[in-house]
Amino acid sequence: MSSTIQNIYFRSDQAKAYTLLSPALILVIFAMAAPMIVMIFTSFNTQISMIEIDRTFTTGRYEDFFSKPIFSMLLFRSVKISFFVTLLTLLTTYPLAYYIAFYVKKNKMLWIVLMTLPFWTSYLLRVFSWRVILGNKGVINSALMGTGMIDEPLGFLLYNQAAVIITLSHAWAAFAILPLYVSLDKIDKSLLEASYDLGNTKFETFWRVTFPLSLPGVIGAILIIFIPTVGDYVTPQLVGGTDGRMLSNMIQSLFGRANNFPLGAASAVLMLTTVCLIAALVTYITKKVSMRMS
Amino acid sequence: MSTKNYIKIKNLSKSFGDVEVLKNINLEVEEGEFFSLLGPSGCGKTTLLRILAGFEYPSEGEVFFDDANVTSLPPNLRPSNMVFQNYAIFPHINVQRNIEFGLRKENLSKAEMGERVENALKMVQLEGYENRYSNQLSGGQRQRIALARALVKQPKVLLLDEPLGALDKKLREEMQIELRNLQKSLGITFIFVTHDQEEAMTMSDRIAVMDEGNILQVSPPREIYHNPKNKFVSQFIGNINILDADLKNVSSESISISVDGFGLMTLKNHQKIIEGDRFNIAIRPEEINISKVSDPNHDCNFNGKVKNISFYGESTYFYIQLDNSEKILMVSTNESKETFSESDNCFVNFNSQNLKIIKD
Amino acid sequence: MYNKNNTLFIYCIFYFAFLYIPVLLLPIFSFNDSFHMVFPLKGFTFDWYIQMWNKSRLHQALFNSIKVGIIASVVSTFIALFAAKAFTRYKVKFHGLSYGAILLPFIIPEIIIAVALIVIWTSMGLKLGLIPVTISHILFCTPFCMLILISRMEGFDKSLEEASMDLGENSFWTFWRVTFPLLLPGIIASLLLAFVISFDEFILAFFLSSSDQTLPIYMWSQLRFPKKFPHILALGAIIIIVTSLIVMTAYWLRNLGQGKKKDFSIGI
Repeated sequence: MSSTIQNIYFRSDQAKAYTLLSPALILVIFAMAAPMIVMIFTSFNTQISMIEIDRTFTTGRYEDFFSKPIFSMLLFRSVKISFFVTLLTLLTTYPLAYYIAFYVKKNKMLWIVLMTLPFWTSYLLRVFSWRVILGNKGVINSALMGTGMIDEPLGFLLYNQAAVIITLSHAWAAFAILPLYVSLDKIDKSLLEASYDLGNTKFETFWRVTFPLSLPGVIGAILIIFIPTVGDYVTPQLVGGTDGRMLSNMIQSLFGRANNFPLGAASAVLMLTTVCLIAALVTYITKKVSMRMS
Repeated sequence: MSTKNYIKIKNLSKSFGDVEVLKNINLEVEEGEFFSLLGPSGCGKTTLLRILAGFEYPSEGEVFFDDANVTSLPPNLRPSNMVFQNYAIFPHINVQRNIEFGLRKENLSKAEMGERVENALKMVQLEGYENRYSNQLSGGQRQRIALARALVKQPKVLLLDEPLGALDKKLREEMQIELRNLQKSLGITFIFVTHDQEEAMTMSDRIAVMDEGNILQVSPPREIYHNPKNKFVSQFIGNINILDADLKNVSSESISISVDGFGLMTLKNHQKIIEGDRFNIAIRPEEINISKVSDPNHDCNFNGKVKNISFYGESTYFYIQLDNSEKILMVSTNESKETFSESDNCFVNFNSQNLKIIKD
Repeated sequence: MYNKNNTLFIYCIFYFAFLYIPVLLLPIFSFNDSFHMVFPLKGFTFDWYIQMWNKSRLHQALFNSIKVGIIASVVSTFIALFAAKAFTRYKVKFHGLSYGAILLPFIIPEIIIAVALIVIWTSMGLKLGLIPVTISHILFCTPFCMLILISRMEGFDKSLEEASMDLGENSFWTFWRVTFPLLLPGIIASLLLAFVISFDEFILAFFLSSSDQTLPIYMWSQLRFPKKFPHILALGAIIIIVTSLIVMTAYWLRNLGQGKKKDFSIGI
């Protein structure tokens, strides 16, 4: 009997596959899914003292969130900043990925390594470095003042949304370069030759062949940059000032000084919901577009 | 040589999801036989081979090696070895260690091991290649190493999955003869999977022709060529002219038929045709003769016109439009006693005894 | 046709500068004899490096980071190894669902995972510290390791493992004699990169570490004090150089023995 069971197990690829997958799935269930469920439950509770939470069900935290305009404003701003970060990163890295894919003949690997290496060096220090570059006593201002081009430091460089956008775009560049490069490099060069052969100019070829074929990389880059940056904390904290504050900074203070875990949880839930909705929308539009194209 | 059936496959079926790739296969292979599984891609031949090796398990049915049921035996416990289509030479170890790979459990001394490897390399004519790595070998050399690695295990059955497919034509033909000689001298059962009918014909003792998960015919090469059991087999092996025929009259000895292009004919009823059977008439191109004038040595003579000529060197193919049919007949000859050009009028002649009756 | 494009090339050089200047500024100023990061440079000094050497809290934070990094990289590489084998060697039912679920921690904002973990951890009445940090790092590194190992596994043919089985080895020995040696460069790359990710990770540690600081948290705590940050610059310079070396080794390993097929799809 046991040998039959053993045999069935031996023959069943599904059983073997899921045995192998079980550690990863257990990890995801216990370290992510379960905590998220508890987070959702907590968002319907009330903080009554420094350490005590009243566990009776209430939608009060969500009412708090929407009745105080600062919360919705921060959520909206987080999404807005991420949108511009994604856009700026795509626009600045696309030509780069295009150049590596089509013009670099030797040592493509070296180019890719060089383009992605900064990504690995301390995130915190890179963001901090931007504060040094943009600050009143920073690199740009001290250089400009040293050359006598300005008398007073340019205050508008730091502590605003633009600073956050530039810094984040720098920090996430690798996540755009790689998917863009991969999708561009995959394009069969003979397709482009066929396009020229059929009378298209270089520009037309780009819009009619190259760009549509690189869309998977573009979509990949959009999702992988937009989603995590909505929740970025370090960058707005270091270079954002009041103008660049994002929802994450609020959430952090709710778990710190403000000590309101349920409201923090509710804010996180709403951030997650927003991100999911936008990701779903992007995927849906992509599907529609690619269906129309094929 | 004993004629014991070494491999037996009983009522074997295999499905991947909803797709049934092998349908109720029954097959017996003799000890020491060179047996080919021949068919187009997707016919199930590789799956059948992988079931014999133990990489796949049948959905139904059983496999016996030497009367022992091996159906659920994993590959490492089977007395068979395989030569993979891409050769699967381990890239991280050299040739010597590749060949030694399967001998770990035999507890051989270093000297014995060295001797076995040396003999195996001698057998495939690659002495002195011990220290090379896979990426330093040509396709043909890899193929030989894969062969040596499998044979050094002294298997009862060697399974070969299109091993010559990746080689160029010249090398492939050399390897065909070499493999055949090797198999004869070792006396091991070879199960050889190929989609190349010429390869199967030149090497095999018997061939199983497969299509869509079924075995259509199992016969020696000559038998398959001259007496194909059905239309698919006849067309898959060599070239053949297939003609539509209407049954006019049938008895146990003979049938009268009206053949497209040839008119009314009477043939011997070898295929035991009965009223209502669907069948065709077929003839190989080399069984037809082409001439400028009608030829009294053959009992069938028809007028036609040369449409195309393809010259292959050792033979020439003529495509002939019959006068009283849409049908284009393929005729091949290796002589050039009479010269024809395209659109010449000609006669095609053959003996009616060469016409085959082929069931659908 | 694609021989030269000077405009694009010049753009690339500028982008290079944009990418590297912020990274290289820190090592430069780490030798500058001033508390302020302003040009022109004042003078050359090793003081900040010496000062750094004498910070005992920094030593503790470094030790914590290394401890968490080693555990997280080893555990997540192991988990990822199994998962990668399942996805590359079997047709897994609900492939998309399980694959997506395992990749999710890598995509969704870290702050949400941090919030979820802090909420469940405190509601169970447990003390925050390096344990939840390590768990969160394992969760965060596993998808990454899995992608590296999947691309490595796809780089060699399944028939190599089958050949080993065919030559008489069972699954265990096939793994040790064939799969493992072929995967080894990928496994080491995964260990190195996971270590770097964990070592650099800020937000999860920030929420979950409580008083057991990791190195990024220590740096964060020092950034506010101008008098203190020169030694952070020295530390940062060392981190930048060491991580660059580790990452380049990992890149090199990832493509080792892969022949001409170079796959950057997840080469981050």
